[in-house]
Amino acid sequence: MRREWIHAGLLLAPALILLFAFTHLPAIQTVIDSFFSTARGRRPAAFVGLANYERLIGDAIFIRAMVNNAIYAAITIPVSIALALAMALFVHRHIAGRAFLRMAYFTPTVLPLIAVANIWLFFFLPGFGLFEQLRGLIGLSPRNWVGSRDTALYAVMVVTIWNQAGFFMIFYLAALQTIPDTLREAAAIEGTPRWVFFRRVVWPLLMPTTLFLSVNATINAFRMIDHVFVMTQGGPNNASMLLLYYIYEQGFRFWDSAYAATLTVVMVVILAIVGIGQFFLMDRRVHYK
Amino acid sequence: MSTLVVTQTRFDRTLFVAGAWALALVWILPLAYAVWTAIHPSAYETRFVLLAPLTFENFTRAWNAAPFARYFLNTIMLVTMILAAQLILCIHAAFAFARLDFPGKNLLFALVLVQLMVMPDILLVRNYATMAQLGLVDTILAIGLPYFASGFAIFLLRQTFMTIPKELDEAARVEGCSLPGLIWRVYVPLAKPTILAFALVSVSHHWNNFIWPLIITSSVETRPLTVGLSIFATTDSGTDWSVITAATLITSGPLIIAFLLFQRQFVQSFMRVGIK
Repeated sequence: MRREWIHAGLLLAPALILLFAFTHLPAIQTVIDSFFSTARGRRPAAFVGLANYERLIGDAIFIRAMVNNAIYAAITIPVSIALALAMALFVHRHIAGRAFLRMAYFTPTVLPLIAVANIWLFFFLPGFGLFEQLRGLIGLSPRNWVGSRDTALYAVMVVTIWNQAGFFMIFYLAALQTIPDTLREAAAIEGTPRWVFFRRVVWPLLMPTTLFLSVNATINAFRMIDHVFVMTQGGPNNASMLLLYYIYEQGFRFWDSAYAATLTVVMVVILAIVGIGQFFLMDRRVHYK
Repeated sequence: MSTLVVTQTRFDRTLFVAGAWALALVWILPLAYAVWTAIHPSAYETRFVLLAPLTFENFTRAWNAAPFARYFLNTIMLVTMILAAQLILCIHAAFAFARLDFPGKNLLFALVLVQLMVMPDILLVRNYATMAQLGLVDTILAIGLPYFASGFAIFLLRQTFMTIPKELDEAARVEGCSLPGLIWRVYVPLAKPTILAFALVSVSHHWNNFIWPLIITSSVETRPLTVGLSIFATTDSGTDWSVITAATLITSGPLIIAFLLFQRQFVQSFMRVGIK
């Protein structure tokens, strides 16, 4: 028995040490840092209690970032999932040009977000990009999508949805394959309309996948911000500021690591809530299996 | 389809197919547009003439304007290093979780799963400080190190290892097979599909990763493609779009080609990894 413990220890040690060193310890250290001030020059970090959190509450840019992130999540999550489901239903069974369709849906997923952001930026270019040319055709005046406060965040969202919907499609495809054909045949014999069959049979059976994807999409809504660096850099005037980008800005532009740590704590708390929520929802998944 | 057409009118079907194609065309449009821009002279950026002259010049100009060869090398070294380290570390850890008994097993495994939510991607500030203490800032090792112990890989491999019948490893032990021998000669070969699936996901993820490499690197010798491309595209604002799109296609090229060649495996891998 003891020998097995030693074996287990030896097998686990390298992975666990690295895991603790770059996930758990930094998470704990981040919480500690958030109660200290940032060391500047010869002045070391000093304990400041909740001062960083007080600053947080009064920080208009932080509030802006949280509101933006909420809008970002509220739109990208349902739209991505709905499109993913549509895509999966389209290519699940035989359809003309199935291979091409599947490729078209999925390709954006394998490309670097930072690279496709360049393409999209060009797409949105005022008075010049393709998007604008199409608007020109129907007589609309040119518009600066990425550079305008009203639309910058939405321009970023379009790219997020475009990038992740195809990835989510895969999970729906996998789930659709597990639905037995006999159900469909039975429904067909009964003369059940397609829509009713979908709503009463397919949709409930896909529920675990939908929950799983919702969690994934929520995490992505906070984590997938590569394209912000290219497209808007949080601007104009913080109109597309998102939490992780703000952490980057505070931590690596202004080098205010204590405040960046405080922002990171907010991020970790949000992700922990999502994680606990998933754990709770997982119980319901079992129900369907 | 034969028995199923009962409930499906021809009109329904037409609408369905049209919807599928319309969505696919919208989805592929940005890429098609990028390809168009990259292979034509900049005069044709927004003029769609069927017989517009083709050119390869945008690619050569992009390639020569920034050290892309070096960036490619860095990225390839990076993804290879990460994948190798992940497989070695996580296969052993996953085996211990799947097959050995030891105190605190469930707690440790729960701690592994925490990483699925709180990834190193979020803990930028602290991990940067750690790398500074270790003197690793601006090295390729530093880009990969936080990702070596992948909670996701451990989770995935543990699931797979648990499906392998225990009789097999008893038989191997009777034959005098050591523990490492058992792992590498029995478990790893049987888990090949999962390992391949994880490898594809890992490589494409780290090929595309951006924020952490952006922060931790500061020289041409360490920057991966994504960071190199972003610097190329933002500092040279004078560069014309056709060159930038060409550079964009260069950086995504290997992934696109790999994807087109191994489309089936890609899709199946992502599916396999997704089903828990």
